[in-house]
Amino acid sequence: MDRLDLGGLFLHFLILWFLAIGGPATIFPDIHRYVVDVHHLLTNTQFAEIYTLAQVAPGPNAMYVTLIGWHLAGWQGVAATTIPLLVPATTLTLLVGHLNERYPNAPIGQAIRRGLTPITIGLVFASSTILMRAVNHDWRGYLITLLTVAVVLRKSWNPLWLFAGGALAGILGFV
Amino acid sequence: MEQKELHKPNVSRFALFLAFSRISLSSFGGAIFWARRELVERQRWITEREFIEMFTLGQLLPGPNVLNLTVMFGYRFAGWTGAAASVAGFLGWPCLVVVGMGVLYQHYGALPQVQQALTGMSSVAAGLLLATVVKLAMVLPRHWRPWLFGALAFVGVGVMRWPLLWVMGALAPWAVFAAWKEQE
Repeated sequence: MDRLDLGGLFLHFLILWFLAIGGPATIFPDIHRYVVDVHHLLTNTQFAEIYTLAQVAPGPNAMYVTLIGWHLAGWQGVAATTIPLLVPATTLTLLVGHLNERYPNAPIGQAIRRGLTPITIGLVFASSTILMRAVNHDWRGYLITLLTVAVVLRKSWNPLWLFAGGALAGILGFV
Repeated sequence: MEQKELHKPNVSRFALFLAFSRISLSSFGGAIFWARRELVERQRWITEREFIEMFTLGQLLPGPNVLNLTVMFGYRFAGWTGAAASVAGFLGWPCLVVVGMGVLYQHYGALPQVQQALTGMSSVAAGLLLATVVKLAMVLPRHWRPWLFGALAFVGVGVMRWPLLWVMGALAPWAVFAAWKEQE
């Protein structure tokens, strides 16, 4: 484990949140790269578990960054990872919200949306494969993942039930 | 601009704080469902159409989508302090809950039962992400270009593990330019 550089962590998260068009799942791969691969602050398994825990908590899905911060450095870590996610929302969002009320049908807005959507999809796909490789050790893990996909695409159940099912499968020794 | 906003009820900062606290504490697995229910159906502060427009704009901007909506909403009804009150409600509680989970994880995370449960739940979490990809990809046009950009982003970040900043810096201007040309 490297020595923790909170300032560096803060700056890295700050840059990432400005790139997070399409939501927190798009920066998941780069947070994993920074925290696990480059700085060895968490193991692959710890990272996956922390992400999962935050998904079971109420609130926006982005709160996994807060939990990473807490795990690394307590309240200071929470500040270093959570404050950056507020910065684009309080600067760019207010500015664009203001401009949008003035110029509602600007074609550049449409081009940005159409152009960036596929990139967002590619990034969320990258997040899911990184998470799968971190948690699924054999075919049984992949089976649970695929079952989840099948259920989500067909039913609109609350995801908490699926998490409960996954926990049960784990405790019963299936994975 | 003042004439445009006909439907703008008087909303106090405390009411904003309470509403976004409620949204945040009830939203498991995505806040958008609960935000719509509270703001459009329960409080009737905005119309369905205004809500969708605000949400779309929030999705276009970087950061958590519903957080962007929260900021815009609070600002629109009560200015800077309204935005601050809404964000405090929306992020404050989950922050505390998540830290509580962090404390439990540090104490009990190594227990074998907890480990097994977490492994099963993580497989589910991966499935939820994958299902999101499938749903999103269904709306992509049947044309090679968007699929190429999606594939390049996936390979650069997910397979090569290059920094996101480089990958986005290389792909995003190109992708937006291509979409812009297509529009003309």
